[in-house]
Amino acid sequence: MKQRIRIGCGAGFSGDRLDPSVILAKEGDLDYLILECLAERTIALAQKRKRQDPNKGYDPLLERRVTSLLPLLVEKGIRLITNMGAANPIAAAKKVVEIAQNLGLKVKVAAVYGDDVFDDIDPSVSAMETGKPLTASGELISANAYLGVEGILDALNNNAQIIITGRVADPSLCLAPMIYDLGWSENNYDLMGKGTVIGHLLECAGHITGGYFADPIKKPVEGMDSLGHPFADVFADGSAVISKVAGTGGIVNLQTAKEQLLYEVINPYEYITPDVVADFTTVRLAEVGAHQVRVTGGTGKVKPPSYKVSVGYKAFYLGEGEISYAGPHALARAQLAGDIIERRIRSLVAPQGDVFQDVRIDYIGWNAVHRTTFGTPSPKESYQTVSPPEVRLRVAVKAKTPEEAALIGEEVEALYTNGPAGGGGVRKYVNEIIGIVSVLMDRSHISPKISLFES
Amino acid sequence: MKLYEIAHSRAGDKGPISTLSLIPFDEKDYDWLCRTVTVDKVKAHLQNIVSGDIIRYEMPNVAALLFVCYDALMSGVTTSLALDTHGKALSYALLELEIDEP
Repeated sequence: MKQRIRIGCGAGFSGDRLDPSVILAKEGDLDYLILECLAERTIALAQKRKRQDPNKGYDPLLERRVTSLLPLLVEKGIRLITNMGAANPIAAAKKVVEIAQNLGLKVKVAAVYGDDVFDDIDPSVSAMETGKPLTASGELISANAYLGVEGILDALNNNAQIIITGRVADPSLCLAPMIYDLGWSENNYDLMGKGTVIGHLLECAGHITGGYFADPIKKPVEGMDSLGHPFADVFADGSAVISKVAGTGGIVNLQTAKEQLLYEVINPYEYITPDVVADFTTVRLAEVGAHQVRVTGGTGKVKPPSYKVSVGYKAFYLGEGEISYAGPHALARAQLAGDIIERRIRSLVAPQGDVFQDVRIDYIGWNAVHRTTFGTPSPKESYQTVSPPEVRLRVAVKAKTPEEAALIGEEVEALYTNGPAGGGGVRKYVNEIIGIVSVLMDRSHISPKISLFES
Repeated sequence: MKLYEIAHSRAGDKGPISTLSLIPFDEKDYDWLCRTVTVDKVKAHLQNIVSGDIIRYEMPNVAALLFVCYDALMSGVTTSLALDTHGKALSYALLELEIDEP
């Protein structure tokens, strides 16, 4: 049993930078490296890839991340815990073994699975978000339960150095090694709460070191091009000090820690994970050195009786078209373009109104991002007096087929020769959209499992 | 003055819910923020963005407020037609709120 372990988090989403985790592994003096790479929708997309090829369905960056990290992990004895297995942890584990063999390295790899409950969900159950049966959302394509620490602990007990999971609650990736090394009992919910707070602070990587934070006017951050990702020294009493590798860019202070503590929290008294219901209202933060924040407090209550399951479904095809106007009357010309498109949709493209389920017209540079101008007049009323130097019209539609979705881009493109003066830079996109809804599933239906592989 | 002069914020998302923290740069301003930035004021300010309820949590342990805004992301992160489907930029919508100086 240890008194202290150091856990680094080197990725906060699937597309995160590759170099910060290498720096953490090289210079961070880590015991564990966590890579959190699985957003709500990522696993549904991965499930689609697995259906096309049964050897795929894990994170598309797994090969590059593991290839750059593995020699360092083996040299320094760092254990890797990552949810890059996505829809296919076993194929991912086999891939890691193959990479290790190619590099001439010996490692024990564990795949943690059992989260895929697609064959067990009852489609007549109501989704938490809609209150309607799952089938009402659309054709179902995936169902993955958020597992807790169970499978990861099993893998740690079996001496796996590389642990690849599917869907696991993000803080559980960090909590498992605390339980394993610091001698914590899973029934000690206060410690589970404390560990979950620390995991929550780490899980978005750069979010606590100045990423998604910097504002040159009010919150300046140095060295964001070489942003360091965080690590935590976690102590047996459930306290921790969060920091980053010396010399890396970014900042760790009370402000970054507070922003991340409250990030995506919908009830700070009851932050629900598969391991615990954590209470964030008892957490204390303090700056104890340069780029060092001490975390104490946090409590917890008994874990919930069910697992949350994310269900992916085929929602619609998103069609988008964009065109820009700049200079005098930019807003007026963009508004004219938007009016033309609206009339065209009504009279020609979808006269019966059933081609597009929904249409949205935005003026980028004016009202697209906040979806309001806070009481400033509408574009039509204000363009006589006010106009930003550039405005980009964006039209987005929901359609049932990719062909129908493409119609809106064609309409926007045709504004080149049929629309207002000076329209330029048309882009058009069609994307299939996977929606996500949630259901709860009793613990008795789900059993986390592991498989071990060696190079 | 605007809220961004004295406080910072981060937006998070869970389905159709947007979470907006509100953190004073100076912890001494926390009590005053609690008195000033009420749910009613935030509701009126974000009326074109948030169509559901707003719940405010006070967190004196870290001198911060948390606004949990229901039905704030149109049909939700995965199926919204909005440009910013996650509502990542909504923290700065909150910080646009006009307030009296402390």
